[in-house]
Amino acid sequence: MRLLTHNMLSSNIKGVVNGFPLRIEAEKVLEKNVEMNSDFLKKMFEKIEWKAFVEASRGMGYTELPEEADSSMLDSDEFLNRFHHALLELHLEEGALVCPETGRRFPVRKGIPNMLLHEDEV
Amino acid sequence: MKLKELEGHLGSLDQFPNPKIELEQYPTGPHIASRMLFLAENSYDDVSNKVVADFGCGCGTLGIAAALLNAEHVLSIDVDPESLEIASLNAEELELDMDFIQSNIMDLRWRGPVVDTVIMNPPFGTRKKGADLEFLSAAMKVASQAVYSLHKTSTRDHVKRAALRDFNARSAEVLCELRYDVPKLYKFHKKKEVDIAVDLWRFEPASHQS
Ligand SMILES: C[S@@+](CC[C@H](N)C(=O)[O-])C[C@H]1O[C@@H](n2cnc3c(N)ncnc32)[C@H](O)[C@@H]1O
Repeated sequence: MRLLTHNMLSSNIKGVVNGFPLRIEAEKVLEKNVEMNSDFLKKMFEKIEWKAFVEASRGMGYTELPEEADSSMLDSDEFLNRFHHALLELHLEEGALVCPETGRRFPVRKGIPNMLLHEDEV
Repeated sequence: MKLKELEGHLGSLDQFPNPKIELEQYPTGPHIASRMLFLAENSYDDVSNKVVADFGCGCGTLGIAAALLNAEHVLSIDVDPESLEIASLNAEELELDMDFIQSNIMDLRWRGPVVDTVIMNPPFGTRKKGADLEFLSAAMKVASQAVYSLHKTSTRDHVKRAALRDFNARSAEVLCELRYDVPKLYKFHKKKEVDIAVDLWRFEPASHQS
């Protein structure tokens, strides 16, 4: 699972109000190179929740993203490179996503988060 | 990528070794799947450089087709872990970076208008009544650009009404009618192959909010 996916997922347990963002517990992170597409990044910048994204990247052990960002930074290649790397090249391979409200852990195995709910959570 | 080449790649994918009846597990054949995604890309520009989600991905066919046509990010979701494992191996085999999630489509909660296009071949609802429209309802909430889906031709009016009236679609259009050979996977199918008419739909969601 990559951080773009993480940025659009919310805890889905019944009764949870603030299920976003899921906290990342990383046991194993993989890096895979992807060609950079700056038009795509510019479009995504508008849609990403930045704070959650930065937090998630730190959870994955990547600390190069600035706390705050605005669209003027998209003119900088260095910024784009970092944004690209964190958004599309880091994969959470083993670990868990944790509901911020209840602490319920959704395990991630072989890169696939298991978001299935127990009967009493639906 | 040419249509023939796309179809060839899709034909090489591993499919459900032990299909589960209650989940309506049968693959979209390479012929239909390649045309579905080719049309989405070449007539509507809904695939390349986009974020695409595959609902009920099974062994991955539709999402893989999107990735082969240069979708920037593909997220494929299924409730069944065995299918997901095969799907992820299929993607790896073709050296595609894709994301997979195990979840019931009905239970996922989404943030923001990140997904552009949803592609799916949902259960027709023959085992669990209404499953087709439940999938459509969920897809219409997630996609900001378009939803592509297959539904039995016999349900055409019903699907159109639900899309426009209940799910707020801006448009609901049948792009083509197809013959779908559902192989005899299940004992209750009497004939060797059950050939049914299905529609390929394209829906546009109302301007996105969430
Ligand atoms: C008709 S098959 C299509 C498979 C694949 N998309 C393809 O085109 O080859 C429907 C798929 O939906 C999955 N499915 C059924 N109900 C589901 C649900 N509630 N949530 C998520 N996936 C579901 C099944 O496991 C199955 O893989």
